[in-house]
Amino acid sequence: MQAEMTVAPDVTLETPKRPANRRTKLWSVRFGLVVLWLVSWELAATHWIDPFFYSKPSAIGDRLTDWFTKGTAFGSIWTQLAVTLEEAVLGFLIGAVAGVVLGILLGRARFAAEVAAPFIKAANAVPRIVLASLFIIWFGLGLTSKVATAVVLVFFAVFFNAFQGAREVDRNLVDNARILGASRTQVLTSIVVPSATSWIFASLHAAFGFALIGAVVGEYAGADKGLGLLIANAQGTFDAAGIYAGMIIITVVALLAEYLITLLENRLLRWRPPVRTSGDNYA
Amino acid sequence: MTAIALRNATKRFPGTGGRPHTAVRDLTFEVGVGEFVAVVGPTGCGKSTTLSLVSGLEPPSSGEVEVDGEPVRGIPDGVGYMFQADAVLPWRSVVDNVAAGPRYRGLAKAEARRRALVWVERVGLAKFAGYYPHQLSGGMRKRVALAQTLVNEPRIMLMDEPFSALDVQTRQLMQDELLRLWQGTGAAVVFVTHDLEEAIALADRVVVMTSSPATVKAIFEVPLARPRDVEEIRMTPEFTAAYREIWACLRDEVARAREEASRAG
Repeated sequence: MQAEMTVAPDVTLETPKRPANRRTKLWSVRFGLVVLWLVSWELAATHWIDPFFYSKPSAIGDRLTDWFTKGTAFGSIWTQLAVTLEEAVLGFLIGAVAGVVLGILLGRARFAAEVAAPFIKAANAVPRIVLASLFIIWFGLGLTSKVATAVVLVFFAVFFNAFQGAREVDRNLVDNARILGASRTQVLTSIVVPSATSWIFASLHAAFGFALIGAVVGEYAGADKGLGLLIANAQGTFDAAGIYAGMIIITVVALLAEYLITLLENRLLRWRPPVRTSGDNYA
Repeated sequence: MTAIALRNATKRFPGTGGRPHTAVRDLTFEVGVGEFVAVVGPTGCGKSTTLSLVSGLEPPSSGEVEVDGEPVRGIPDGVGYMFQADAVLPWRSVVDNVAAGPRYRGLAKAEARRRALVWVERVGLAKFAGYYPHQLSGGMRKRVALAQTLVNEPRIMLMDEPFSALDVQTRQLMQDELLRLWQGTGAAVVFVTHDLEEAIALADRVVVMTSSPATVKAIFEVPLARPRDVEEIRMTPEFTAAYREIWACLRDEVARAREEASRAG
């Protein structure tokens, strides 16, 4: 008993300190890994492998500085970024809205869902990225063809989750709402949609990435502006550093978007209990 | 005056392997206005199906179900239903959960909330009105469900083992609470349970069901005065006598249900 009494205060003193320590440690290890990777790449490219094919961090850094200070071969980098972002955001919004609406409606209409099932599976099996080429023929080199590619990629990702979310609504909740006096529309808006929201958000995280891929691949297939064009051009001129630089910009944009979506998710789903799993501490 | 009448009501569900499964057959009993009827039977005998028939969530395969003298087509007006599992909306606060019924019925948000708050207070959750369900204990969530049902001022309340998931002390507390809130509403109650003590402590009459496919085996009057204190009443000789009498009837069915379960599994 005595021993317990003396040990206890120590523990309570230590616990508040621990999370901060852990965070510092976590980030220093991450930072260390990145530095190690970049330095070994730089050294390898200087002494051992051919930087013409594999490029090196300093060359990529120079290319990025170049792009942001002097501009690219096709004008300001910000214009390219804005064009790609516009395509991705438009494609994301249209694809997500269409996916959510159709997914939820079909998820609640058993017969229609059974009729549509094989067609949806087939449509999902089509290598949709190839559609980018088709859309160039249909819609030309402008904005529309890229948005269309992004929409196709985003739609299916969101659709399947919305569909599953709408199907897995707790039967009790629906029955309870009906007894309390809810009409069919009220059941849909007050029970089905909120239930499916966590499913839908799970897909939105990946979906913005898909929208960016759609926009970039669309530009890659044919465009007069955008990050995809920069990358395609870098490939055409055997400029490995340019390809990496384009990749890095796209990655940063995707991470920022992911951050914004997480903020929105936490706001909309704040009713959820904090999730605690055995694999926790991962964040 | 009868609030609920079942006449030879039978319900079959499409079973596995194409053979229909009969959940209840030839159910016949009545519940008077303002009467508290408990339905007991072995676990899994189709007690819940009885409630689905009365609530209009499921139509009977044959026979008749009437509420207020009208055959049930769809969900009848003035019916409340408390489910066995939690059916509160996890994304709504306590007060908004209770306000759900009035909102569905077309009341403006402010008015619905005002009415909901009255019931939130009556079930003793005034301090928790703004909490989300995951922040509440199991007993508190049951109180939310009770308030959610009562705010609609139902003339008929269907309750499907609503307190079975609670620990013994919380359960007795909720039983007392239920009796307190029910007195004065004049609502007819059908309370399904597999706990005979609970049935006798709460009800005016106890309907004993047979093992599956369920039908009415016998109906007993409970000769206990109201108002009742659920804990106190269990000690009285009248309670024990009623328990002994009804258990004698129920025991065979429970034994048969166990036998069937062990044969099937």
